[in-house]
Amino acid sequence: MNRIIPLDQLVDKVMAELEKKLPAATTQSTTSLREAARTEPSVDVTGFGELASNVPNPKWEEGLDELIASTPARIGVWRAGTRPLTREMLKFRCDHAAAVDSVYGTVSQSLLDEFGLFTVDTYFENTDNYLKRPDRGRIVTEEGVERIRKNCQMKPQVQVLVSDGLSANAIDGNLRDVYPSLLDSLKAYGLKVGTPFFVRGGRVAVMDHIGDILQPEVLVLLIGERPGLVSSKSMSAYMCYRPRKGTVESDRTVISNIHPLGTPPLEAGAHIGTVLKTMLEQKTSGVHLDI
Amino acid sequence: MNLTAALFGKTFQFKDLKEVMAKANEEKSGDQLAGIAAEDAKERMAAKLVLSDLTLADIRNHPLLHPETDEVSRVIEEAVNEKIFAEIRNWTVAEFREYLLRQETRNEEIRRISRGLTSEMVAAVAKLMSNLDLVQAASKMEVTTHCNITIGQRGVLAGRAQPNHPTDSIQGMKASLYEALSYGIGDAVLGINPVIDSAESVKAILNATKEEMDKWQIPTQNCVLAHIKTQMRAIRQGAPADMVFQSLAGTQDGNTAFGIDVKLLDEADDMIRREGTGTGPNLWYFETGQGSELSAEAHHGIDQVTLESRCYGLAKKYKPFIVNTVVGFIGPEYLYDSKQVIRAGLEDHFMGKLQQLPMGVDVCYTNHMKADQNDMDNLAVLLAAAGVNYIIGVPMADDCMLNYQSTSYHDIATLRELMRLRPAPEFENWLEKMGIMENGRLTPMAGDPTIFM
Repeated sequence: MNRIIPLDQLVDKVMAELEKKLPAATTQSTTSLREAARTEPSVDVTGFGELASNVPNPKWEEGLDELIASTPARIGVWRAGTRPLTREMLKFRCDHAAAVDSVYGTVSQSLLDEFGLFTVDTYFENTDNYLKRPDRGRIVTEEGVERIRKNCQMKPQVQVLVSDGLSANAIDGNLRDVYPSLLDSLKAYGLKVGTPFFVRGGRVAVMDHIGDILQPEVLVLLIGERPGLVSSKSMSAYMCYRPRKGTVESDRTVISNIHPLGTPPLEAGAHIGTVLKTMLEQKTSGVHLDI
Repeated sequence: MNLTAALFGKTFQFKDLKEVMAKANEEKSGDQLAGIAAEDAKERMAAKLVLSDLTLADIRNHPLLHPETDEVSRVIEEAVNEKIFAEIRNWTVAEFREYLLRQETRNEEIRRISRGLTSEMVAAVAKLMSNLDLVQAASKMEVTTHCNITIGQRGVLAGRAQPNHPTDSIQGMKASLYEALSYGIGDAVLGINPVIDSAESVKAILNATKEEMDKWQIPTQNCVLAHIKTQMRAIRQGAPADMVFQSLAGTQDGNTAFGIDVKLLDEADDMIRREGTGTGPNLWYFETGQGSELSAEAHHGIDQVTLESRCYGLAKKYKPFIVNTVVGFIGPEYLYDSKQVIRAGLEDHFMGKLQQLPMGVDVCYTNHMKADQNDMDNLAVLLAAAGVNYIIGVPMADDCMLNYQSTSYHDIATLRELMRLRPAPEFENWLEKMGIMENGRLTPMAGDPTIFM
């Protein structure tokens, strides 16, 4: 199944930038990942402290610290026979408990007010229904459609949307960094942004319905990803050139894993701007985008 | 073709094969979402009864998706051996089930008749099988493949090392890889899902895994699970890929949504044969999973078990080294809870094996699904009993990039000890040389990733 993040054919330019940044990020990671891990609620709240080695007699002690610092993955965990140690197993279960709970959160109203985002609902009704009926999350309610028509600029060059998706925490945790840097980037490229708003209970394909209503040149949806154990706050940016009903998955471009331990939110905002600009130049998106 | 069943004093009338196939499925939220599931338990049983009396010829003569309009149907149809089909065309689905389960029906017989089957016949018989039927029938089928080493032998349980990293950090990826190797995991493939789907990124990761393989003389194969077009660009730029990867759907429209078609797969197949670094002859890695066609609105009213089986019919064309169903990744709208995921895992493994595919399973779940790690423990044991070729190894089962939980390095090591299974022979020899394994058991050194630093 398609579990690849289809950020197919990101331009050489973007790649070159990333190539410059990745080694830098890697060299910083020895300290910064560990620091970031300390600020992760999943670590603090559950009280398991920072990541540390359990391996009793490693061949290379310092080497092990280096490995553990280089990734949020649960390594250097050791074993009882072939099974995990008790504390590691319980830590895993605690993180799972936190992730399950984050599916049922809501985005803070003050955050939406701060950026002047008004809210429309999809037909999702409630979280259980949202999980079982993704089709409901793809259509804005009649009332919402009216509100969009009344409040929004029609046919904008760039339409920005925000949605809770599967993790309200992802929006609460990243929007303050991603959103301003995205607007800065768009401004720097001289692109014109329409009227942004918030979609409660949205699925990715809600882009198509809103695309039909507003007819933007390009649209970006900042949406909460399904929560993981390391990151219950991961956000994705789905982008599409002229999204309309019938748009297929491979027409969309995605930057995923936006959170402090993944794609850094500030950098993500700037990247999104660059990708949108490229889409406008090439008049296409998804696998057809070739830069 | 009789589409009527009398049950509990009521007559159930189905309008076509498509409806019978859908309603004969065990309960799945995806079929309910598509609006094609049985209304209730009795209707489900009526559909199973009707299906059990249909012949294999009935199924072939009533295509659910016509070969003229769908290229996946064409691939499946063109692969049928007519002489073998003629021998079994009058079997009912019920007789086919009993044939597979009979003691005297061995791997060799099943392998032969499999050439006369279509993916729809395979799906049909799966719908009449209990979970234990699926385990037992699959356990008879041995499918071995060779890329750089051979896997799939009876008594072998291989593992994919899946050392993903949330920013594609090569250093971070290597750290998880060392941990995998130190637990004896990585004989199926060193396979990484990149965050950034770009040729540069694919190339960097392929180079990094190849470096480790060369440095430690590891008998295995590497792969990066980017979109096939991205991998092709990377290979053209000189990236060392032993295999190529692609996700498949069971309909042409589903594959369009994935940005692929048969022509592109043919091109990639040609390329990996000319420009890949693997020995072969098996040079593909495919992933599938129930529900992806519906997710792309490309299901044509066909149920998700049948569509999954059709993915395997397409995969078979390319003689892959490994195939796995990412069974619990797609979410609760397709497989609602642990019961549905466990059923789907067993169905997929059986349906793939019956089409002679080297099946692995990503025994997994997401955090918005009603399942937890205990359910994965259960499914992994069932699949090990069914003879699954490989499962996925992720540090402590937690994939910090894809944000889901699978099976851990510990789990694979445990299943091997518990079920008396071994790593692939060439890989086990290497583990012994490295001092990680002795007589099929991990040594006190195992679990220390710094032995690779």
